[in-house]
Amino acid sequence: MQEIPINTITSPNVILELIYRLKVKDVMTTDLVTAGKETTLRQIQYIMREKQVTGLPIVVGKRLIGIVSMDDIIQALDKGYIEEKAQDHMTRNLIVLEDDMPISFAISYFDRFSYHRFPVLNKHKELVGMITSRDITSTLLVEINREIEELEKRTRTTSLSEEMSGEIHTYTIMKNDFENAGYASTEIKKRLKSAGIAPHIIRRAAIASYELEMNLVVHSDGGELIAEYSPQTMQITARDSGPGISDVEAALTPGWSTASEWIRSLGFGAGMGLPNVRSVADDFTIESNRNGTTVVCTIELHPKQEER
Amino acid sequence: MVVQDLAQLEGFTTQCMGNGSQQIQDAYTGDLLSDVMGNAPAESVLITIQAHKNTVAVASLAGIRALVICNNRSIPSDMLQAAEDEEIAIFTTAETQFEASCRIAAALGRINAGKA
Ligand SMILES: Nc1ncnc2c1ncn2[C@@H]1O[C@H](COP(=O)(O)OP(=O)(O)OP(=O)(O)O)[C@@H](O)[C@H]1O
Ligand SMILES: [Mg+2]
Repeated sequence: MQEIPINTITSPNVILELIYRLKVKDVMTTDLVTAGKETTLRQIQYIMREKQVTGLPIVVGKRLIGIVSMDDIIQALDKGYIEEKAQDHMTRNLIVLEDDMPISFAISYFDRFSYHRFPVLNKHKELVGMITSRDITSTLLVEINREIEELEKRTRTTSLSEEMSGEIHTYTIMKNDFENAGYASTEIKKRLKSAGIAPHIIRRAAIASYELEMNLVVHSDGGELIAEYSPQTMQITARDSGPGISDVEAALTPGWSTASEWIRSLGFGAGMGLPNVRSVADDFTIESNRNGTTVVCTIELHPKQEER
Repeated sequence: MVVQDLAQLEGFTTQCMGNGSQQIQDAYTGDLLSDVMGNAPAESVLITIQAHKNTVAVASLAGIRALVICNNRSIPSDMLQAAEDEEIAIFTTAETQFEASCRIAAALGRINAGKA
């Protein structure tokens, strides 16, 4: 038996995935033109011409009992029985497809049998559609087009983030400088945006950098925020030279804060900063002693199949 | 609704309009900025009493599109400037955060939605 005309082991995944994912019911025509068994071949000939079809299923209710094809009509004209009924001359020996079969199946049927169309039945054996190779070609074209567009979009953003690869930006952050607070984070956000990174990833990077930046402003004697870009990830490092965190474990607990009253009046000091950083980061480390604190967090720029 | 629909709400005064045609999908109420940062949804409006520049920075980074500043707090000029630069809308109201939140929940059609 002849198989589908591509190698099912070495072909690109998108294509294989397509011909197995797409079902006959996604491709078939459901707008059916049918005739009853009493219909004459002459009438069928008119219906074919009017509806521009080359084969007509003959049904009793929803049950398929035969097909009259253009060939049958030509035969009838030739042999002079065109006024006789469909039931006397239709093809009864039918090859049908089921609506749940993958289209790879349909493709191999078109290769195996010389028919131009197959009737499609559902699991109750009712006629639900007709499928031609043209139906398959046009659906595949639309789907392949969509997949390629998706692929192109992905390579485009990867190449944009490749272009920023190797970039390192260092921002100096001063103690209690609420005036410029948020500047470094805003710059990081802009950089990622111009590289075409997905908005929900930018948001994570923005959250992490802002919390770390604010901790430098609020709690440290001053330090720096370093943003490093690579094609797949970005790394944000916050480093300062004191006074350090007395209890790192506690500092990572939501709600734990040493912020003063006036800092709290500005809306800081919920004790949520470090927990936020940890929850948005794909990798997170913190080290602290009285000579300073260093927090490093990594964010994947192109995570696969991710929940927002 | 969109950002400029907030201007029509009773008692709301527009301080700056940001990008009035942007969608508002959701809202968040809070005065602790790192709580807002961690939990406020994107494309939202923030109801708060934090009338200072850092709130604008948080909004911009978290994807919040509008601020409603409650309890008649006045908006410092550097906050207004930052909001104009970042295209974040600011509205003020005499109402409390609770009252303003209810009003916005109604406008978002969320009053009876359970997840208000
Ligand atoms: N760079 C730092 N230097 C010294 N102490 C720090 C530093 N970063 C964090 N801490 C300590 O860790 C605590 C917890 O930090 P975290 O960011 O989680 O909360 P917060 O800054 O107090 O409040 P929030 O971030 O919610 O506004 C801080 O209160 C502070 O005591
Ligand atoms: Mg903090």
